[in-house]
Amino acid sequence: MDGRIKIETRGLNFYYSEVPALKNVNIEIEENLVTALIGPSGCGKTTFLRTLNRMNDLVPTTRVEGKVLFDGQDIYQKNIDVVELRRKIGMVFQKSNPFPKSVFENAAYGPRLNGINNKSKLEEIVERSLRKAALWDEVKDRLKASALDLSGGQQQRLCIARSLAVEPEVLLMDEPASALDPTSTAKIEDLIHELKKNYTIVIVTHNMQQAARISDYTAFFMLGELTEFGATEVIFTKPKKKITEDYITGRFG
Amino acid sequence: MHQRWKEVLIKHIFLFFALASIFFLLGIVIVLFKEGLPIFRIVRIKDFILGKSWYPTYDPPDFGILSLILGSLWVTFGALIIAIPLGVSAATYISEVAHPKVKEIAKPVVELLAGIPSVVYGFFGMVILAPWLQDVFNLPTGLTCLTASIILGFMALPTVVSISEDAISAVPFSYKEASYALGATKWETISKVTVPSAISGITTAIILGIGRAIGETMTVLMVAGGAAVIPRSFLRPVRPMTATIAAEMGEAPVGSDHYHALFGIAIMLFIITLGFNLLADHLATTFRRKMGQ
Amino acid sequence: MKSKQVKQVIYFSLLRFSIVIILSGLLLILFFIGMRGVKVLSWEFLTQMPKEGMTSGGILPAIIGTFYLTIGAILFALPLGVFAAIYLTEYARQGRLVRLIRIGINNLAGVPSVVFGLFGLAVFVKFFGFGVSILSGALTLGIVILPTIIRASEEALLIVPQSFREASLALGATKWQTIRKIVLPNAISGILTGSILGIGRAAGETAPILFTAATFYIIRLPRSFFDEVQALPYHIYALMTEGTHPESQMPIAYGTALVLLFLVLSIDSVGIIIRNQFRKKKKW
Repeated sequence: MDGRIKIETRGLNFYYSEVPALKNVNIEIEENLVTALIGPSGCGKTTFLRTLNRMNDLVPTTRVEGKVLFDGQDIYQKNIDVVELRRKIGMVFQKSNPFPKSVFENAAYGPRLNGINNKSKLEEIVERSLRKAALWDEVKDRLKASALDLSGGQQQRLCIARSLAVEPEVLLMDEPASALDPTSTAKIEDLIHELKKNYTIVIVTHNMQQAARISDYTAFFMLGELTEFGATEVIFTKPKKKITEDYITGRFG
Repeated sequence: MHQRWKEVLIKHIFLFFALASIFFLLGIVIVLFKEGLPIFRIVRIKDFILGKSWYPTYDPPDFGILSLILGSLWVTFGALIIAIPLGVSAATYISEVAHPKVKEIAKPVVELLAGIPSVVYGFFGMVILAPWLQDVFNLPTGLTCLTASIILGFMALPTVVSISEDAISAVPFSYKEASYALGATKWETISKVTVPSAISGITTAIILGIGRAIGETMTVLMVAGGAAVIPRSFLRPVRPMTATIAAEMGEAPVGSDHYHALFGIAIMLFIITLGFNLLADHLATTFRRKMGQ
Repeated sequence: MKSKQVKQVIYFSLLRFSIVIILSGLLLILFFIGMRGVKVLSWEFLTQMPKEGMTSGGILPAIIGTFYLTIGAILFALPLGVFAAIYLTEYARQGRLVRLIRIGINNLAGVPSVVFGLFGLAVFVKFFGFGVSILSGALTLGIVILPTIIRASEEALLIVPQSFREASLALGATKWQTIRKIVLPNAISGILTGSILGIGRAAGETAPILFTAATFYIIRLPRSFFDEVQALPYHIYALMTEGTHPESQMPIAYGTALVLLFLVLSIDSVGIIIRNQFRKKKKW
């Protein structure tokens, strides 16, 4: 690794009411690259993703041990402002979840939270975010329409735009294309490729080809442990461990 | 940092409002005891509860509420005899047998039954049911324990039906599947698997129904007949606790022994209904856990 | 095999019969009160003051009194109930405190209505010195319907998908911002619908206002929240028990009962219908 480390975990353990879901995870996530998290269902990859912006705080009876360093600072320290943290680390969910508001209001939600109410400023941010999410041309004539009237793929790109409008540094994506058709999936993948110029991206996916296509690094999780981590090329061609190879070649999972 | 304090403050404001129900409940307890306890300086608790005569305005007065307690218990018991079989059958039918369309109509109808004001039930009991019963049984008055029981039974029905129905519907489909797979008919499955599995939920429903019946005021005030005597027959008038309070509070001078005695009755009433409610609460929790929710 | 089937048919018929009995009970009440009440119903009945010692005239003051009491009760209970529900659904974590609050709400719902009346008498009428008044009655009724409002609000808040909350928080919204901008706007219609049922309850209750607000007869309409009032449910009771001329007062009681029944049942029906459609129609 030669780039700058954006996020790093040290001895990360995670428990759902005392049942361990992550065991001693140590990983370094590099700036402006795409890191893919793969592994069979229930292996802890989504749980891991959600520890990075403390979304798991919302789930009762959970507990974290170890450190998650974001720009060198432990985000589980007492004096960390979670709200501020989540503005810097955005998240796109598996199932697209636009608010039942207009397209415009969805994209403007984050900026408004930050106290931006100037109409032209908002319009500028909304357009920029929608362009970045490759959605602008499709929705520019119906910004006032309900976001729920968009197609599934458009909704997911709107959710990405909504996250980008807050100008985060990192984008966490939890199987963002799992509910989409191939065309929409391709669009999202192109988008991810485009976005990594400016953002650090961590993406959970159950689709091997997708991981191989879009990521620079791949982390393979098994039963809550980080089994293997390395450059995507290496993981997919010369994995060090037998079990990684078995999974990637589809012999189980 | 400023924002964080604001969030904490807001959370505590909401907590304060959430605690309001407890404040009110405590307030009720405090008020009842403050106004009711003075009566026990005049009569001993035992004589108050077990005393057979209630002559609060005589000189010297008698403050024995046994006949009132028994009056409440009799009408409640009578109400249950009507509400349990009718309510559980209806709940079973709605949940397991009825066509979805019937179900869609039956449930709101039951809710409407719950919406009828108790004074209207009482009025109906006075002007329609009582004269009819008087006629049928050839009684000196139609305002009897039976009249109150019938009306109260109907009033407890919505509680019994809707909560039993929820309980029966909550029985996992896998239980029923297992029964059908063993060659049981639908009725056998209902009577031997579904309803028995829901029994603690149904019990909760019945207990809440009891609570409703014991605490009901206007109906018994209007149709029970109001005689403060130890009940001997369902065809005679009785005077339940709630009716006594409602009827006499208006005439009892504030701060008088009579006034304190009425609050004393309210203490008894409150303890009884609280007991039933806590029991129902406990059973409901147990039931939810059992059904894995 | 055959006998099993016969048995099933018999039992199912019995179950069906229980529904028929319940339904006939409801219909009997509606029929008698409807038939006899409608005879005295007229525009004058609804809009005039009572006359000649309550033996003729209308029930205007009782209608207005019930209106004031109900509005007052909902104004008091709605914010209280909604805030409590927000705490329970959005902030509280399962634990002893929440358990205690729930027990409090459930038991408050089970307190006999006449006991609420005593509480209102001791606290609002006497302790706070509001006297027998609209204010005392409305506050007492407000406490009576508080559990209904809390439950309805909780149901409405819980329907708002968790994913909305997560999305908002992930964008760096605070909890309060999320509640204010996302949760409440999506729950508000459900909260109001559920609260309609509370309105129906408040309009029909008698025992809580017996010693706190209601009077049999007033000369003029109430002018302030500190005046005592007539109310529809109390009017029925009073006509039947304190009336001195049953032959002329019974029809008025029928008319009043019909008006009250119509009022309460239509409020409830509206509430139930909208709520059921709400439950069916998953917006998200």
